[in-house]
Amino acid sequence: MLLSVLCLCVMVAELALGPVTIPPDRILAVLSGSGTQAEHAIFWQIRAPRMLLGIATGVALAFSGAALQGLLRNPLAEPGLIGVTAGASMGAVTVIVLGGALLVPAVIAPFMLPLAAFIGSAVVVAILFVLAAGGRGQSITILILAGVALNAIAGAFIGVLVYISDDQQLRDLTFWTMGSLGTAQAELVVIVSCLALATVPVFVWQTRALDLLQLGDRAAFHSGLNVTKSRLLIGGSTALSVGAVTCAAGPIGFIGLVAPHIARLLFGPVHAVLLPAAALIGVVLVLSADLAVRMAVPPAEPPIGLATSLIGGPFFLWLVLNQIRKGQRIA
Amino acid sequence: MTRNASSLISAFTGFLVGILCLTAAHAEDPQRIVVAGGDLTEIAFALGAGEEVVGVDSTSTHPQAAKDREQIGYVRRLSAEGVLSLSPDLFIAAHDAGPEAAMAQLEAAGVNVQKMPDAASVEDIPAKIVAVGKALDREEAASALANEFATTLRTVEQKVAKLDGTPKVLFVLSVQRGTPLVGGSNTSAQEMIERAGGINAATGFEGYKPMSREAIINAAPDVLLMMESHAGRSGGLEAVLEMPELAMTPAGQSGRAVTMDGMLLLGFGPRTPDAIAELARALHPEAAAKAGL
Repeated sequence: MLLSVLCLCVMVAELALGPVTIPPDRILAVLSGSGTQAEHAIFWQIRAPRMLLGIATGVALAFSGAALQGLLRNPLAEPGLIGVTAGASMGAVTVIVLGGALLVPAVIAPFMLPLAAFIGSAVVVAILFVLAAGGRGQSITILILAGVALNAIAGAFIGVLVYISDDQQLRDLTFWTMGSLGTAQAELVVIVSCLALATVPVFVWQTRALDLLQLGDRAAFHSGLNVTKSRLLIGGSTALSVGAVTCAAGPIGFIGLVAPHIARLLFGPVHAVLLPAAALIGVVLVLSADLAVRMAVPPAEPPIGLATSLIGGPFFLWLVLNQIRKGQRIA
Repeated sequence: MTRNASSLISAFTGFLVGILCLTAAHAEDPQRIVVAGGDLTEIAFALGAGEEVVGVDSTSTHPQAAKDREQIGYVRRLSAEGVLSLSPDLFIAAHDAGPEAAMAQLEAAGVNVQKMPDAASVEDIPAKIVAVGKALDREEAASALANEFATTLRTVEQKVAKLDGTPKVLFVLSVQRGTPLVGGSNTSAQEMIERAGGINAATGFEGYKPMSREAIINAAPDVLLMMESHAGRSGGLEAVLEMPELAMTPAGQSGRAVTMDGMLLLGFGPRTPDAIAELARALHPEAAAKAGL
């Protein structure tokens, strides 16, 4: 409850605060259709898409992180672990470095980077599932090990591209890997947000399955759960939602790992509560990080990746220490 | 009477229209300018528009006054709202300023965004000066500056042509984890070295790449060239010259190393002829004085 209020507060702040001061009455003017061209553009072209992308990113990363931690029964699981983020980076880096050499129609040229990032993450997840499907009861182990291998392969591929890139591409790459909510076009934000938020019902539907999976695959199966189907649904939703937001915002680390843990420490391990709580925490973290980078050194803007860890890290550490002091189990 | 009144009215209307036109013309005269691109900032200041420049990007390090302006961040990573918070009338952007979304957002907010042409070679700099002048509505000053640039460049080139000997120059951009990042062919560094009467020691690769130890020894550069700020970061010129691969080259043995301000050397701004002259003096210490450089 308190969390939803907090979430609402950062959402309003995300719209109201920025290097350009727009007083509340002017915001109402923009909303009612009057307001100057500049105010209109700042509100609808810059702040509203950022908020939408921030919400989609927070929800997608937190849901995927919480669901993967449940599915793999591994507290260190996050979308990055199974290679989704690395796949997206591979796609993005390919376009940044080789983009000039690829012949693409002008219509889709602005969307090449996100499209490639999405294809990259989809390919990685497809490979993972093919490998894991042949696992005969060991699919979890295979998923994690294959994730490690795919991360390494993607890393090497990115390394090759970094080597052949020129200095300007190199800087683009460096900045892309630090993430930003502010660099995507409004149309793209709407598309990826729809994609990411479309997976929400799937995650919610799978909360009971995730609870059962905590007993182990075999026990879950004997409780009447179609384990393979749940695994496919959760993995597929993770790939879709994380691939979508990563392609627009770049790889934003930490949220997928930490938001579920914070939720678990605050609300316990029942997935029906855990998932929504993690999503709210994810949104609060992403949006406050975005506000922080936006307000830190205007008119310049540091990448958001720097702030998510700086804000989330100490808070997480405090929460863990607090929990230990109270003598409670952590995970 | 009626005629008088109507002529009076028409005169008054004319007066009003005149005032409107004047204010419109005045409004078009850019008052608050933001520049993204160090070379463009130099040109804007050289054209006398420095007072109107309110914000610059992080590559704008010259003239000194530009450093006092609001800092909008790196030219390829601009924040649309950050730039808008300076309420600019005119945004002069380098050809590679970005990201695309930020540029589109600025235009949507009603900012006059002017992208400037790229100067791939020193020969393209006058065109860039003229383009900035056009955006600033200072076309006369710009064509004067462009002509002056061309004249100075020609004078410097004639003097450089009199120099004999072409020292091999190795341009080291930075030293990363012990490996020098070297300017190969098709770089601004190579063009500047050649225009200053030297030849680029690093051949066989394009752009700025790490160069292996043996390749550096093989290239046998006579002079080491670095940017001032990077030389400092790498522990000073002496430390770079003492690196094993460089210590074995003629440059390392004679201790010949040159540092220049990065924007001056590679910025391709209005100071480029001075940069060529400065580099030529450093590459040919004795012959340069005779050639009048």
